[in-house]
Amino acid sequence: MAARAARQTVIPKSTGSDRAFSAFFHALMYGAIGISMLALLTLLYDVARDGVPSISWNFITSFPSRIIPESSGIQSALYGTLFLMVVCATIVVPLGIATAIYLEEYADRTRWWNRLVEVNIQNLAAVPSVVYGILGLAFIVRGPISLGRTVLAGGITLALLVLPVVIIVAREAIRAVPPSIREGSLALGATQWQTIWKQVLPGSIAGIATGVILALSRAIGETAPLLVIGAAVNPRFNPDGLGSAFTALPIQIFAWTQDPNREFVDLAAATIVVMMVLLLLMNSLAIFLRNRYEQKW
Amino acid sequence: MAENVTDQRRQEDEAAASSSSPSTPEGLTAPAKGPRFKRDVIFDVEDINVYYGDHKAIRDVTLDLHVNEITALIGPSGCGKSTFIRCLNRMNDLIPSARVDGKIVYHGEDLYGSDIDAVQVRKRIGMVFQKPNPFPKSIYDNIAFGPRVMGMKGDMDEIVERALKRGALWDEVKDRLKTNAFGMSGGQQQRLCIARALATEPDVLLMDEPCSALDPISTGRIEDLMSELKQEYSIVIVTHNMQQAARVSDMTAFFTVELHDEGKSRTGAIVEFDETDKIFTNPEDKRTEDYVTGKFG
Repeated sequence: MAARAARQTVIPKSTGSDRAFSAFFHALMYGAIGISMLALLTLLYDVARDGVPSISWNFITSFPSRIIPESSGIQSALYGTLFLMVVCATIVVPLGIATAIYLEEYADRTRWWNRLVEVNIQNLAAVPSVVYGILGLAFIVRGPISLGRTVLAGGITLALLVLPVVIIVAREAIRAVPPSIREGSLALGATQWQTIWKQVLPGSIAGIATGVILALSRAIGETAPLLVIGAAVNPRFNPDGLGSAFTALPIQIFAWTQDPNREFVDLAAATIVVMMVLLLLMNSLAIFLRNRYEQKW
Repeated sequence: MAENVTDQRRQEDEAAASSSSPSTPEGLTAPAKGPRFKRDVIFDVEDINVYYGDHKAIRDVTLDLHVNEITALIGPSGCGKSTFIRCLNRMNDLIPSARVDGKIVYHGEDLYGSDIDAVQVRKRIGMVFQKPNPFPKSIYDNIAFGPRVMGMKGDMDEIVERALKRGALWDEVKDRLKTNAFGMSGGQQQRLCIARALATEPDVLLMDEPCSALDPISTGRIEDLMSELKQEYSIVIVTHNMQQAARVSDMTAFFTVELHDEGKSRTGAIVEFDETDKIFTNPEDKRTEDYVTGKFG
């Protein structure tokens, strides 16, 4: 047998330059976190400073005014956002989950049309929201569907906007259910649908719910599509049905930031605070649901 | 039709349980004692070839499996034992690219006949997998799942108790039926999976390396259980453990791998199928002898 190279048995001591190098990268990464945290905190502080003094029960319950800032409020915007959220959720939940189930459980990936659908959904998730606004304007507000500038049209547009996100998240949740669970169920003589309904969906519902809530919180923060389809500005009425005109919190913010009167701009900041509280609540609910109900496999 | 059969079988089973004699599946006579040729055939497998796409996974498998016997399938990794056992309850249907050629006759009926529904097949032929795959539900709901999807009538508590007793698990879990099955040990989980498969009153139990994830004590318990279950069911087991095959089985089939295209393509084929004693003490084929004596594999 050939002579083997002498074995190294001494553990080399770490050098000063090794340690310095390590410390440098550590600092660099802390710095990266610091910059983003700083940006966020600055933003929050700035908005809170301008907005918090204007927040009162009166502000929440009053209609917006074009003339008197003190008696102006966001009731119609809150109601509009609520209506949009309900319409959007009603459309996006069944459609998104059904699509995800089809793609994960039924679609044969060797078929080109299924791959086309997949690629399209991924691309749609990256399309700018204003494009969905134009789509909504051309096909839903006017054109073939012609719903007018209504809550229903706004909700459908937002639903189209977040549908790809919901599908992607729901697919991931469904994929997280191990194949062995499906096999176990099918081997007991369950049909494919029984397996999906009684094993796969219960096992993935927490992930799906989390995704839906996060998608909805994105939907209610969207401004551009609602502007394009023509949400009302400063309406002194709440939507009273699906066929009603509407405004929403981001539209109200947009309208007020445009106002030359400084006091109205402060109201915009106050509305931002309200909206951020709403978004934080929804995101907390999503995190809570995930931690409490997510299935560990 | 199938549910009537189930009902009848359960009634017979209850009658059998009260008279404490082993039950006999409907349409079958009691197992014949005596020479081999008189035993009742449950699976008559003729020239089975399985393809995954263009790849031939197993070729020309022909054998008869008998009622109230344990048949062991042994052989090196990749020899198609699992592929074969999955043909017997049409689990290969779930793989889109898989194609089964040939004929498997189960109680005189072609298992792959055009008028046979794979779901109905799996209701009669239960399966236990390599890794325990309990559902993320309570112990009770794990057992009740099969009977529920089959629409079995009768007292569910009784069905669950009977299945857990047959799975030799009742005494360990009777006080915590409502707790999550994920909290059980690996061996208990596997016995739960066996009990779960028995709850739907199958005729045959297929076991795909049921002990490979278990410690020797759990393995011993499952082997004891199999010997008891043999009185009522026919069992097919895939195992890598030759001592296990020698200990529990009546018949043994030895599979091997054939390499084609300079080892790029592997096809499983059956080398020898005979009584277990003969396979392990006096095999006909040199390859079988090498394998069971540990010279190869």
